[in-house]
Amino acid sequence: AVTVGPEEGEPGDDTDTTELLGGQRRPRSFWTFEYYQAFFDVDTHQVLERIKGSVTPLPGKNFVRHRLRNNPDLYGPFWICATLVFALAVSGNLSHLTEKQASPTYHYSPQFHNVTIAATLIYCYAWLVPLALWGFLRWRQSHGAGAYSFLETVCVYGYSLSAYIPTAVLWLIPAAWLQWLLLAVAALLSASVLALTFWPLVRADGRATTLAVVAAVVSLHTLLAVGCKLYFFQQPPSASPAPSPFHTTVGAEGLHSHAPQLPGTNISLLGTHPVR
Amino acid sequence: MRDLKAVGKKFVHVMYPKKSSALLRDWDLWGPLVLCVSLALMLQGGSADSKDDGGPQFAEVFVIIWFGAVVITLNSKLLGGTISFFQSLCVLGYCVLPLTVAMLVCRLVLLAGSGTVSFIIRLIVVVAMFGWSTLASTAFLADSQPPNRKALVVYPIFLFYFVISWMILTFTPQ
Repeated sequence: AVTVGPEEGEPGDDTDTTELLGGQRRPRSFWTFEYYQAFFDVDTHQVLERIKGSVTPLPGKNFVRHRLRNNPDLYGPFWICATLVFALAVSGNLSHLTEKQASPTYHYSPQFHNVTIAATLIYCYAWLVPLALWGFLRWRQSHGAGAYSFLETVCVYGYSLSAYIPTAVLWLIPAAWLQWLLLAVAALLSASVLALTFWPLVRADGRATTLAVVAAVVSLHTLLAVGCKLYFFQQPPSASPAPSPFHTTVGAEGLHSHAPQLPGTNISLLGTHPVR
Repeated sequence: MRDLKAVGKKFVHVMYPKKSSALLRDWDLWGPLVLCVSLALMLQGGSADSKDDGGPQFAEVFVIIWFGAVVITLNSKLLGGTISFFQSLCVLGYCVLPLTVAMLVCRLVLLAGSGTVSFIIRLIVVVAMFGWSTLASTAFLADSQPPNRKALVVYPIFLFYFVISWMILTFTPQ
């Protein structure tokens, strides 16, 4: 609820009655603290409900209309992104530990720079993709597409990232099939909530635009998950050749199974000597 | 001398937390500064294979603690908390004390060796101090929050001390 109290420097203004009438919030100046308080007007159970709603795609229920109900918040997106950043960094670090502990040359390092990288990645995704989508929808409004407010778009995207938090933690289990299955399930659930949210908006704009927008939303969301998995986590051993010291010291695990085999190093590592 | 006594009194309050409005009223940031600097200094000298594969740098620790405390304070004020900005910073900063003690203990234990036993000891100490920090800060801050949003305010505090505990636990000497 909006707190009704003494406003600063506005004598003789009927702020009390204007707020009670019609249940509408009086738009506040961008520079006051109260402007931002409106974005944090949620209770604990509301946040929990929204998180649950972001992983349960129900065909009739649009996340924005059904859950947000004209009360988008920034608490959820901000803290879900923060939790995801640290979940990725900590889990990724632990996955390196469990995978490489057997190797005698391994020396544990906290890889703290991963936190900075994860933070940049997640927060950019959570702000720039909604911005682009919102801008695109506003531009297409003249062609019949609807639009949500920027805050509602950011809110949907922020809450949809909550599916990746338990996924990141469960990726510690060193079974490749399970990791990809978890990724698929999480991406499917949260991307379908996103798709269901934006589908009604672009439906009126024509088949091509609808498909393009929904495809872009789903693929970006999945791409984020795949990118995080490959970059931050040590891939569990599959049917690949014996790892060389080259692989254990370099941080780019994404190239682990696809690294170009340099002829010179391979020959010397496998014990055969080059003919002089 | 009076300031030193005030800082010392607050340290005692953190170790034995009980609700005290006097503590909240006379906030100061000396204690948090001292704790932050000593924690950041003790986290130096960690190992690294390459320069950017190691633990947090001094500046990173500093930024995490201060930026984290500011963000949590803003968060609690935006959610409708009645505590003042600097009072909240003061409480969050002082409650880093148990974790600084944990860091000290960890460094001493690591001097003795860095095997599994030392890791288990360090884990127990860090987890205990993490719990202590979180409970101490919530004891001071919980009352100033609206009742149906307490969990929303406590969770970021939990995350904040968790990150600091993680930095302490993963510290490996050269």
